[in-house]
Amino acid sequence: MDFGNIMLIAVSAILVNNIVLAKFLGLCPFLGVSKKLDASLGMGMAVIFVMTLASAVTWIIYEYFLLPIPKNFIFRFFHLFDPSVTPSMFDLAYLETIAFILVIASLVQLVEMVVQRISPPLYEALGIYLPLITTNCAILGVAELNTMTNHYSFIASVVHGFSAGIGFTLALILMSGIREKLELADVPPSLKGLPIAFMVAGLMSLAFLGFSGLKF
Amino acid sequence: MKLGGEFTKGLLKENPVLVLALGLCPTLAVTNTMVNGIGMGIAATFVLVCSNLVISLIKNLVPNRIRIPVFITVIATFVTVVKLVMAGYFPGLSKALGIFIPLIVVNCIILGRAEGFASKNNVLRSLLDGLGMGVGFMLILIIIGAVREILGAGTILGHPLFGESFKPALLMILPPGGFFSIAILIGLSNLLQKRLE
Repeated sequence: MDFGNIMLIAVSAILVNNIVLAKFLGLCPFLGVSKKLDASLGMGMAVIFVMTLASAVTWIIYEYFLLPIPKNFIFRFFHLFDPSVTPSMFDLAYLETIAFILVIASLVQLVEMVVQRISPPLYEALGIYLPLITTNCAILGVAELNTMTNHYSFIASVVHGFSAGIGFTLALILMSGIREKLELADVPPSLKGLPIAFMVAGLMSLAFLGFSGLKF
Repeated sequence: MKLGGEFTKGLLKENPVLVLALGLCPTLAVTNTMVNGIGMGIAATFVLVCSNLVISLIKNLVPNRIRIPVFITVIATFVTVVKLVMAGYFPGLSKALGIFIPLIVVNCIILGRAEGFASKNNVLRSLLDGLGMGVGFMLILIIIGAVREILGAGTILGHPLFGESFKPALLMILPPGGFFSIAILIGLSNLLQKRLE
């Protein structure tokens, strides 16, 4: 995996295939937290942090515990006692959804405790957003994209997770800037709130479609 | 509330997508054709009914502090069942829905009903609630899927609707079309609910 490929993954995840505006992942926090600029900054940072970490951890779980390949740790453990076992007897790939969601949920809990102990100011800034992240489908979605769909290497997975987080934050900050202005606009009563936010998101998604012309 | 009311409230009055604004990601992501909408709706309804059933059965056995992880595990189990069945019997649909099948786990409708309804009510009521919410969700998926497919591709369930001269608005099956359709649908439902009052 060379540097050019890594850059391609990063630019594609931030702009071309933006996780919110092109892939429709993480819409709930995108619409729920984008009313204030500073709140969306906090949420964005928390998502970047957890998404990068979750990409790394779920990749390790998938490659070393679930896939039926010779480096599978469960296979290696049983191989010590009984040399006749084969990797294909330990095919746990179908458990990947359950494994990932439990890993992500406990990871978020762990991150919350560690951040609270190590850096109280950071906890102040991210604290209230961390519990919300477990049910942010973008985290699980990126983990699935890394392993099941794209079969990325470890480095590529981490870079993809990090840049998808950046893409999420970018969309969230742009959206909150527009919504703060939208408060003052004269909107038809039945379009107030959610519908007009969706319209704005649609226009932003239209603008981001322009990036699909990017060529390297 | 009467038993019938537990079913019908999910259709319009407490519709998960239009009123509660839950489950937005799959609503927009998989509805570029009507078939995908129906497939996703059936999958989500199955998971919703089964998880509501199991959770209302085990609600007194689960300690309060660990109830969320337990609920998520129950939901993830049924999602895995759906994923394997769909990959085995409907490989085309399974490919079209892609990662949004495993992502049913984090669909807020399902955990929301488990936590907000099934953990407090008896089995029959939870079953009807799950069914009503699932059907309400599927209804929205079918409407958005149909609108986007007709305008964006000029077909319905794959059958061409218009003559050769029809130029489909490609935008509608691209991501922006999804945002615009749901914006208009929620706006119309707000208008309708206001008129009904």
